[in-house]
Amino acid sequence: MAKHHVTTTVNGDPVEYLCESEQTLLDCLRDELDLIGAKEGCSSGDCGACSVLIDGRLVCSCLVLGVEAEGKEVETIEGMAQGDELHPLQRKFLEHAALQCGICTPGVLIAAKALLAKNPDPTETQVRYWLAGNLCRCTGYDKIVRAVMDAAAEMRGA
Amino acid sequence: MRYEKPTTVEAATALLAGQGARVLAGGTDLLVQIRSRILNPDVVVDIKGIDTTRKITKDTSGYTIGAAVTGAELKEHPTLSKDWPGLVEGANLIGSTQVQGRASLGGNLCNGSPAADSVPAMIAAGAVATIAGPKGTRTLPVEDIMLAPRKLALTAGEFIVSFKIPARPAHGGDAYLRFIPRTEMDIAVVGCGVALALDAGGTCTAARVALGAVAARPLLVEDGAKALIGTKVDDAALAKLEAAAKAACKPIDDKRGTVEFRIDVAGTLAKRVAKIALERARKV
Repeated sequence: MAKHHVTTTVNGDPVEYLCESEQTLLDCLRDELDLIGAKEGCSSGDCGACSVLIDGRLVCSCLVLGVEAEGKEVETIEGMAQGDELHPLQRKFLEHAALQCGICTPGVLIAAKALLAKNPDPTETQVRYWLAGNLCRCTGYDKIVRAVMDAAAEMRGA
Repeated sequence: MRYEKPTTVEAATALLAGQGARVLAGGTDLLVQIRSRILNPDVVVDIKGIDTTRKITKDTSGYTIGAAVTGAELKEHPTLSKDWPGLVEGANLIGSTQVQGRASLGGNLCNGSPAADSVPAMIAAGAVATIAGPKGTRTLPVEDIMLAPRKLALTAGEFIVSFKIPARPAHGGDAYLRFIPRTEMDIAVVGCGVALALDAGGTCTAARVALGAVAARPLLVEDGAKALIGTKVDDAALAKLEAAAKAACKPIDDKRGTVEFRIDVAGTLAKRVAKIALERARKV
């Protein structure tokens, strides 16, 4: 079976890769494009560690085939900081110590970024429900939620 | 495994008529089942290249919702949540925000789980599926599509292109609730959808009651509708609804709930959901 030739955009850059039908977008990001920020946790869409945006929509990249990214705009954690300057969410995660092992962190950050793009002023409850698909097994969620709320306030200029 | 993304209904049905073909919409069930080796399809047919599977259109007769429209897109539609809030709530209970970015009504139904959250809500709303196949197109009410766990009334080569949701009646309301032991990210122990319509005096003129996760397939509870029609949806009518909902259940015991518990919850949920639908019908 010939491989699929996929032309897509990742973090604003045009990219091409070859993939098998079975390969997920997560496999393609990590194995074909060496973008290893998105993590493989459960491989069943439960943990959110592989979260990316496709055309601005938050998805689990383990539940998307690599070939489905054809012609789309993909955003990953690698596109979040601008050069050496961290995104406010990344900075607030450090300030609030909202991470320990870091496996869930790229997914949580991408999910939080998607939330704030849609709702710049979420309530704590909204943050918790939005991030319900991002599992963290070490820090716990309070620090993560506080960091997201604080970043949202800073980004609103509050 | 081969991946195909046809752009016409005819090309899709031709591919699906072959051996070992599966439909890919949002993939939130299919890709998990392929990875865990429950399924091993020869061909995956991505129906998202067909425009009609990805669109919501509205006219005087109601809505046509593409089978692969995502939960997030249902929620963002400018009028659907106002007209059929229960339907959107049911669909939005499926999985996480990430899953909502991909999961679809067509997939939720055709995955063939009796606990699918959007299905009782669709049945209550009177949704009818438009099914394309090698012999042309036919329609089938949603309650007639799932026959048993993982078993559908679709034949080789057929797939659901879209769902027709009727226009909301002048004084109509719908609602969906499920019982789960946590607050989010779980599978229904019982799910219930109710849609009803009132006349100007507040008497119920039409009703549809549907239950999920209490039998081998989602149920349309005709006796539940009869309990409400012709009443003001008062306590006496709700008591009859509760009894009808409980009588319709044929649940199993499993890790999520016992037979007795599911029957009891079905009655209680039916009453609660009817009250929400009533409140909504009175407001429009």
